[in-house]
Amino acid sequence: MLRANSQRATSNAWWSILASLRSQEATLGAFLLVMVAVLGAIQPAFLAPQNIRDMLINASYPAIAAVGMTMVIVSAEIDISIGSILAVCAVLAGNLAQASVPIPLVFAAALVAGMLLGMLNGALVAWARIPSIIVTLGALSFWRGLVIYLTQGAWIQNLPDAFYFAQRSVLGVPVPIWLMVVLVVSGMLWMHYSPLGREIYAVGGSRQAAMLAGVPVRRRLFLVLTLNGICAAVAALIYASRFSVIQSNAGLGFEFQVITAVVVGGTSIMGGTGTILGSLLGCLLVSVIGTGLTFLKVSPYWMQAVQGTLILLAVVVDVLRRRHAGR
Amino acid sequence: MSKFILELQGVNKTFPGVQALTNVDFGVEPGEVHALVGENGAGKSTLIKIIAGVYPPDAGTIRFAGQPVRILSPHHAQTLGIAAIYQESSLYPELSVAENVFMGHHPRAGLLRAVDWEAMYRQTSEIFKGLLVDLDPRAKVGNLSAAYRQLVEVAKALSQNARVLIMDEPTASLTQRDVEALFQTVRVLRGRGVAVIYISHRLEEVFALADRVTVLRDGVLVATRPVSEVTQGELVAMMVGRTLDTMFPKEEVPIGEPLLRVKHLGRRGSVSDVSLEVRRGEIVGLAGLVGAGRSELAQTLFGITPADSGSIELDGRQVTIGNPHQAMALGLAYVPEDRQRQGLILPMSVRDNVTLAILDSLCRFGLVSPGAEEAIAKEYIDRLQVRTPSSRQTVVNLSGGNQQKVVVSKWLVSRPKVLILDEPTRGIDVGAKAEIHRLMSRLAGQGLGIVMISSDLPEVLGMSDRVLVMRRGTIVGEFQRGEATQEKVIAAAMGLVGQEAGGASVARE
Repeated sequence: MLRANSQRATSNAWWSILASLRSQEATLGAFLLVMVAVLGAIQPAFLAPQNIRDMLINASYPAIAAVGMTMVIVSAEIDISIGSILAVCAVLAGNLAQASVPIPLVFAAALVAGMLLGMLNGALVAWARIPSIIVTLGALSFWRGLVIYLTQGAWIQNLPDAFYFAQRSVLGVPVPIWLMVVLVVSGMLWMHYSPLGREIYAVGGSRQAAMLAGVPVRRRLFLVLTLNGICAAVAALIYASRFSVIQSNAGLGFEFQVITAVVVGGTSIMGGTGTILGSLLGCLLVSVIGTGLTFLKVSPYWMQAVQGTLILLAVVVDVLRRRHAGR
Repeated sequence: MSKFILELQGVNKTFPGVQALTNVDFGVEPGEVHALVGENGAGKSTLIKIIAGVYPPDAGTIRFAGQPVRILSPHHAQTLGIAAIYQESSLYPELSVAENVFMGHHPRAGLLRAVDWEAMYRQTSEIFKGLLVDLDPRAKVGNLSAAYRQLVEVAKALSQNARVLIMDEPTASLTQRDVEALFQTVRVLRGRGVAVIYISHRLEEVFALADRVTVLRDGVLVATRPVSEVTQGELVAMMVGRTLDTMFPKEEVPIGEPLLRVKHLGRRGSVSDVSLEVRRGEIVGLAGLVGAGRSELAQTLFGITPADSGSIELDGRQVTIGNPHQAMALGLAYVPEDRQRQGLILPMSVRDNVTLAILDSLCRFGLVSPGAEEAIAKEYIDRLQVRTPSSRQTVVNLSGGNQQKVVVSKWLVSRPKVLILDEPTRGIDVGAKAEIHRLMSRLAGQGLGIVMISSDLPEVLGMSDRVLVMRRGTIVGEFQRGEATQEKVIAAAMGLVGQEAGGASVARE
């Protein structure tokens, strides 16, 4: 009797996993494949290995930033300052490299800078209890302004060869793609299997219930925004070393691109649900659409409008899903 | 034509897991004050929300002034002439009295249809004059007392020519003198032919004010009677409607040594000088009126609002509890009152909720072991008979009773010695309620000490080995199982110790 029950429960568990996949990542994955197939059918060059590689590299640094952003949005906060954090880290790295600082130290310094800026956001949100949208709006403006002032708008170029790691490959796969895979996979495992990751879902789902269950809510918010700063710094290093120049307007609109991808990937803007896998698919989708528009000879100026439509669609879907669940 | 201005026939309403109203026939006449009474969860709120257009009924008809109507929204209800004053204020504190009264239907004048401020102030003055109230229409609502804010709500309803006015516990936050003033206003309205639906937990108000009274119990309309033909005792019997011994499956359990011993515990502003003891296998009921400090005491014990004086002894060891994490580690568990906001993480699955508080102990190499987690979730789903399709089901989709079982599971997995339950069966249907009660009995049998906070007096009397009564942040009465009666508990809760409280026995909220 009991055994029969537990067997039924097991098969039910499988069903519900399938069902939840069907409603989120699987839909998105299928949509992505269909889109790639259609674009490939119209323009076979779209499927050329070089183009696939470019699209993956284009998606790599938003995807890495999306690892942190997913955590932030799951915890029911937001960080719109990552574009400026990216600029600070990229410009800092470029300047240090120009000053002949050893390259490993340059990278370490950029990561520490991203971490510190994330910690500052986190402290203001967690302990000063200022809404994250306000804190990061201020950070967005402040750090961007500082970068423009310090660089006076000048480009940074002609850096040592070792700096341009993002242009190299390991085992035939470009380094940015390696980094994306490693960070996305470890982020997924961390969110799903570590107590800290799970507590982030709890914090986003209900602050009060999490607090009552013994979760130190503020320390978790601080952690999440700090990790997000570090992710933005990693994205910055790929960005900075991918092209031969670093501009003071680096990462302008980056936060929008990443948040779009995360929300399109099924993370609820209200917090509490979402996966990094979904966000990765969201980034790939944005990248494929961007390249697809070029292949279809649509003006790249449409990209902004397309992103805006995507984010609205995703939020509408989320709202409808919630309404359905609430019934 | 019907004598009723508003009439409901055969109204049904179901929420997931709860039949909130069953086949209710209800009518109000112009110029009557019609009281609506019943225990928590009897269906009063659902009924008035259907009348006010907040929920549509699942079945049944509504007639207004003789015509069948479908009330589509609160706004639609207002245009019909049905206004509702809820416990939560719907006023704008930063705006003036007159603006609040006319919000949404400002008087307008001139070619541009601009807001006619003079007319607005004048008409507001007239409304208040009609109510025999002296209030400046230009005053800022945020500066008014609770009593005057209540009157602004009334004026707002009148400015829309309300013919039916619903008042949900209007006196809950008023002082005795203000209550009299409000009654005065209600009588003026009655004189003008307005039908007033008046919800109150205070039976003495029903007798002082109402013409007729309707009793709801478990979503069923028990009776509608003229107030002059019914006694308080009869009303109480209709509201409770069941005998204790059939309802509560309390088992006799050997009671052991003290687990929790609290001496002179205090926290400024909420809890003062509380001493109590909870023994192994014992269920201690904590009764009192809303605001008596019961939840505050629980939160102080659990370290949410740590104590600033007194001492706590757990299992014979002196302890200090500074936050929930410590409280859990010491073997305390607290099932909070607000299941949906404080007890559960709604977007998470049953499994993730159950294991949330003990994730660290399920780790292998720093990662949570899915096998161990699933095993625990399964175990508790079986033990507490949580009805869910799987452990992966999102808790938001479960019924209230099953959600409560998930919350209790979450705390049982931390293997507490003392379990504090805050309103464990509020808003849960009768069947699930009995299951929670059986569970409590069983847990006590396994040697847990249980503190149960409840406003449901039959539950307190039916389930407790000992009843403690709180009032104004401290314990004012203690009764053994045999000697506790509704009257004694209520008398203590209301500060009438030594007197026979008689009719006040339903003043519980």
